[in-house]
Amino acid sequence: MRYSGLKVITEGLFGNKGWGPAWRSPEPKAEYDAIIIGGGGHGLSTAYYLAKNHGLTNIAVLEKGYLGSGNIGRNTTIVRANYFLPGNSEFYSHSLKLWEGLEGELNYNVMHSQRGLINLFHSDGQRDAFVRRGNMMISQGDDAILLDRDGVREHLPYLDFEQTRFPIYGGLLHPRGGTARHDAVAWGYARGADRRGVDLIQNCEVTGIDIENGRVRGVQTTRGAIRAKKVGIIVAGRSGQVAAMAGMRLPVESHILQAFVSEGLKPVIHHVISFGMGHFYISQSDKGGLVFGGDLDFYASYAARGNLPMVEHVMEAGMTLMPMIGRAKVLRSWGGIMDMTPDGSPIIDKTHIDGLFIDCGWNYGGFKAVPASGWCMAHLMATGESHAVARRFRLDRFATGHLLDEEGTGSQHNLH
Amino acid sequence: MRITCPLCGERDRREFYYYGADDYLRRPGEGAAPAAWDAYLHLRDNPAGVTRDLWYHDMGCAAWLLVERNTVTHEVLSVRLASEAEEGAA
Ligand SMILES: Cc1cc2nc3c(=O)[nH]c(=O)nc-3n(C[C@H](O)[C@H](O)[C@H](O)COP(=O)(O)OP(=O)(O)OC[C@H]3O[C@@H](n4cnc5c(N)ncnc54)[C@H](O)[C@@H]3O)c2cc1C
Ligand SMILES: [Zn+2]
Repeated sequence: MRYSGLKVITEGLFGNKGWGPAWRSPEPKAEYDAIIIGGGGHGLSTAYYLAKNHGLTNIAVLEKGYLGSGNIGRNTTIVRANYFLPGNSEFYSHSLKLWEGLEGELNYNVMHSQRGLINLFHSDGQRDAFVRRGNMMISQGDDAILLDRDGVREHLPYLDFEQTRFPIYGGLLHPRGGTARHDAVAWGYARGADRRGVDLIQNCEVTGIDIENGRVRGVQTTRGAIRAKKVGIIVAGRSGQVAAMAGMRLPVESHILQAFVSEGLKPVIHHVISFGMGHFYISQSDKGGLVFGGDLDFYASYAARGNLPMVEHVMEAGMTLMPMIGRAKVLRSWGGIMDMTPDGSPIIDKTHIDGLFIDCGWNYGGFKAVPASGWCMAHLMATGESHAVARRFRLDRFATGHLLDEEGTGSQHNLH
Repeated sequence: MRITCPLCGERDRREFYYYGADDYLRRPGEGAAPAAWDAYLHLRDNPAGVTRDLWYHDMGCAAWLLVERNTVTHEVLSVRLASEAEEGAA
């Protein structure tokens, strides 16, 4: 079924009886050409592009819970292409271009809103760093505009420009940056993959990976054994456990990241804003809730909830930047399990086991990467070669020293 | 989360700096192969459940602590001085 305005009107006139489920719920087959472990954003987009770009349709996505039950439905939905390092910059640039055509591509409203992202800076040194970053973004073909203090004031008059502790010097505006509806991205890719014949199998936890003579043969699941010559591990925060089923240790430590949403308010914040002093960022959802967050809790954790010190820090940073939000009530907070790599950049690569591939290490920035990650992982699984824009996302880069340390803080698990 | 420092007693999580998994106690010897250094610095078991990691009592006695805790429940099971943990012990 194609969704369209006309369809909405005709269904409205005839009692909405013509809508069907957006995807099938098939029983798992005994064998597929390829299996994707994990039905989050990256697993679903990989399945979609395997079918769409490479004609591989005899494939299954195995999800232990329901589709979109992981981080894809828990993030703060920022989509941007403002990376600095070669390796990251072309990848996120490619991803943003895919975002810009995604709704037409999927025939699904993912509510992608390019409302503009403003990263604030608060010192001369920080300004110079943002100037360099902006130049890199422009040379990559993306957009960046340097705003001085008055320029920021024009866009964001409600910030506290009077306080002297963290004076606002200006900001880097990325007009094509913005947000999207996270669940809709998972649902759109799921529906698109299903329509091309991909089996989406929910409540199916992978419990083992079968390997014979260095080649992958299939997986064990809570719904029985399923054979496949190609298997992709795309399980975000759970990467360590699933890789262990193949006897691998990964350069990944899982950490908790919290987010918060306020009660619904009238439109007040029109951009995505990040504070350069103290970790804080904020946007307003289309429902009206202020969506905001900060840094990791900074210790290994699989609890989908965080600790109070980071809650306090985020609230303090928010109040320092824009005291007007002090009257809004926080409605909910939650945590997601982040697959952190030592250098803060992701991995899309083969493993030492034939036919076994891995896409992980998205840290706290994998939502914007969903389209390009699926595109590149599908390319790798179908052709055996890394895609040009993802060729530096190597699994062995920590051993070889080819790091992608975007923040320049060092390659160590507790630093990103 | 609260951590009971063997020297200072029970303190708020804010007083402590998290360093990482206890792999850091198993430093490869001189002349070890690069793979051993990669395992020591980067590769992790990353368990969902009981783990052992190193914390620094930054705002207290400045001791390095070996904390055994559950990554799923945040329960702290035991805390020892890292200096008393056997070097090379798992
Ligand atoms: C609070 C928060 C804010 C964030 N904000 C942003 C942001 O603003 N911008 C941005 O770009 N990124 C953001 N992120 C990061 C982003 O959400 C993640 O990097 C990304 O969603 C991870 O990829 P995924 O969608 O595939 O993961 P997930 O949705 O977690 O998918 C992994 C799936 O694998 C399944 N799985 C695990 N183990 C198994 C198994 N054994 N068998 C079968 N299935 C299994 C899980 O159930 C899960 O559904 C944020 C994350 C959090 C938590
Ligand atoms: Zn102490």
